[in-house]
Amino acid sequence: MSNISFNKFYRKFNILSLILIVISLVFLIFKGLNYGVDFKGGTLIELRTTDKTNNISLIRDSFNQMNLGDVSVKKFGNETDFIVKFEKQNSNDPDFIKNIQNKLFNSIGDVDFRRVENVGPKVSSELLKSGIIAISLSLAAMLLYIWIRFEWQFSLGAILAIFHDVIITLGIFSIFSLEINLSIVAAVLTIVGYSMNDTVVIFDRVRENLRKYSDIKIFDLTNISINETLSRTIITSVTTLLALFSIYLFGGEILKGFSLAMILGVIFGTYSSIYIANPILVALNVSSRTIVKEEKD
Amino acid sequence: MLYFSKLRIISVIVFTIIFSYFAFSNFVKFDDKFFSKNINLGLDLQGGSYLLLEIDNRPVITQKLQAKIIELKRYFKEKQITLKNFSLKGDTILFETTDNEIENVKNILNDKESDVNTYYPTYKSHEFDVLEDGNLFSLNYSRYGLVLLKNSSLDQAIEIVRRRVDEVGTNEPNILKRGNDRILVELPGLDDPNRIKSLLGKTANLTFQFISQNNEESFGTEKLSFEDGSRDAIVSKRIILSGDNLVDAKPTMNSQTNETVVSFSLDRVGAKKFGKATSTGVGKQLAIVLDGKIISAPSVREPIIGGSGQISGDFTFQSATDLALLLRSGALPAPLNIIEERTVGPDLGQDSIDAGILSLFIGFLLVILFMIYKYRAFGLIANLALVSNLFLLIGILTLFEATLTLPGIAGIILTVGMAVDANVLIFERIKEETKNEKNPIIAFDAGYTKSRTTILDANITTLIAAFILFFMGSGPVKGFSVTLGVGILTTLFSVYFIARLLTSLYVVKNKDKEQLL
Repeated sequence: MSNISFNKFYRKFNILSLILIVISLVFLIFKGLNYGVDFKGGTLIELRTTDKTNNISLIRDSFNQMNLGDVSVKKFGNETDFIVKFEKQNSNDPDFIKNIQNKLFNSIGDVDFRRVENVGPKVSSELLKSGIIAISLSLAAMLLYIWIRFEWQFSLGAILAIFHDVIITLGIFSIFSLEINLSIVAAVLTIVGYSMNDTVVIFDRVRENLRKYSDIKIFDLTNISINETLSRTIITSVTTLLALFSIYLFGGEILKGFSLAMILGVIFGTYSSIYIANPILVALNVSSRTIVKEEKD
Repeated sequence: MLYFSKLRIISVIVFTIIFSYFAFSNFVKFDDKFFSKNINLGLDLQGGSYLLLEIDNRPVITQKLQAKIIELKRYFKEKQITLKNFSLKGDTILFETTDNEIENVKNILNDKESDVNTYYPTYKSHEFDVLEDGNLFSLNYSRYGLVLLKNSSLDQAIEIVRRRVDEVGTNEPNILKRGNDRILVELPGLDDPNRIKSLLGKTANLTFQFISQNNEESFGTEKLSFEDGSRDAIVSKRIILSGDNLVDAKPTMNSQTNETVVSFSLDRVGAKKFGKATSTGVGKQLAIVLDGKIISAPSVREPIIGGSGQISGDFTFQSATDLALLLRSGALPAPLNIIEERTVGPDLGQDSIDAGILSLFIGFLLVILFMIYKYRAFGLIANLALVSNLFLLIGILTLFEATLTLPGIAGIILTVGMAVDANVLIFERIKEETKNEKNPIIAFDAGYTKSRTTILDANITTLIAAFILFFMGSGPVKGFSVTLGVGILTTLFSVYFIARLLTSLYVVKNKDKEQLL
């Protein structure tokens, strides 16, 4: 078993976390998130050109001539693959996409539309709403579960750890203007589950140790518990990250954002279950009495 | 914990084999339907189109309200009750009555047996909410009246959409109601959705109306423009014939003019009406109007009594085929708007499958190597559990013909990564227990027992996330939640039955060795 004094750094890492959270919140509030067409509405076209001389500016120019509102063009994996996003979506004109394809043919030659997503304003606001509801609902469900299984001090620690992970992950997405779409919501929900999972494993041990060593202070007790579960924490994080990196590197462009969010979430989730969840138990002065009292009820 | 009865061992093996079999049936073809199940590929993997259509019910509501006014007028006239000053203001019918009839009218409209304001006992509501202010009555659709109206127009629309999609002949389209004003159309394998989109975007309301020569028509007139936008014409509002009377329509070649035309045949009622109108209207121009635009306006040279005719226009063979298709399938009750479209080309779908399988393979391999490196023999056991976990997961998805999406594949890979967690928890616990307990069998037993609540807690939290995703998510994301959720169940099975069985066999056999784990 390892014997690392994690508890010596509680304060330092708490300050670091606080700084990260503040930075994330500042970005989330003032810069906001880069919503994809799922949540903002508009049109996304993944296209492949046959002519290798086509570049981003050429494609952007041809789209700009079509009056489609704000156009953004990005490379997508291959040399010849591009993602084009623009504000306009036209639900009343069934030939909307066909016309764009015809106009492109005249300006940059034959292009293959590999993927088209066209989301109207009503649908996008509904999707955003249901995404927010889904995340809030899962947080509430986790809170409920942990509240039933543990004492309130533990619930608070676990929930704050989750908020920490979600805020920082979203903050990183905001800072680097990474796109938020439906699959990112799925990733965030999975992060919530993973972070909870990690925290629960350590908390289970803390509770067990509270019964075993009633004379050890919570400050040291959390440290013992972290060390006892450390090799599991590391092994599980490593195998999960191995899987996620494999998706990130080989799973294709579409899954890049999703797997990146998950990778960040797993890293912060592992960190927070040690450095957020446990210091909160210390701050709330949890002792063997906390759980004894609960068990008498 | 380490003891397994024979029966249990056999059932675990049988169970695993059955599901592994279904996992393999994806790759092998059998004749028998039950034994040859395949996992459904989502639209993002096999390519295809997802269209969400929203029905625009405003014209239907206005139409129904206008018809209601006529019905009310007729009904109260028969009862010899005078109603006057009928008007339609927004979605409200307004009318007045004489002071001594107020009670009478009110009773008729609020009667549960009312003929003009239907009462729905299931909803405890009338079709219309009635408000009166002195002798001024106003009628509005009640909440349930509106729901019923929307439902019936959606039912009609969905039928027409189905006919149109079937006529185009895509394989296994999926057409579903969403709420009370939306239709979801999934068209797997469809490369180019443009044709279907333009077919679904047309209401296809066909009418035959005479072009008026003098502006004094008894039915009133309206100004309509020609399809090609070249000119306008004043058309009588009297509808001679509508698309409802058509029984068939097909594109043909007119042998005299060498033009592509759409020839149609009418039902008996239609043929009679058409014959009558064309006999009185010889010499007049008959406008053929589709969705408010005149396709063409040929002159009637002689009465058309055979019940069939031709629509000429500036058709290509394709546009004539499409018009014939629209006429055969009938008119939509109201216009449909495409409010969401997602189309994935088949080659991108295949690329996604390839990338998904590659990353699954690599992720799997890395995890397996890591586990062997970390735990040696027990790593092997965990890996065996992991492999059977994967087979079970794919087998269950196949058996229930679940839809596999790209995020779903990601869910499988993630399951692979997280599935070892339970075994790791157990193994780590056993390691701790062996420090104080010399008897390996007791130590292993304790390891399993003491880690159980933790494992359950940890998996239930992930299961909660998966459940919420399943109920809130849509399309590809739903596929992710399915694999994640089923993955947790198969993980628990593979850990507590397969891995534990193997562990117990190994421990019992090697109980005299110094350090097992």
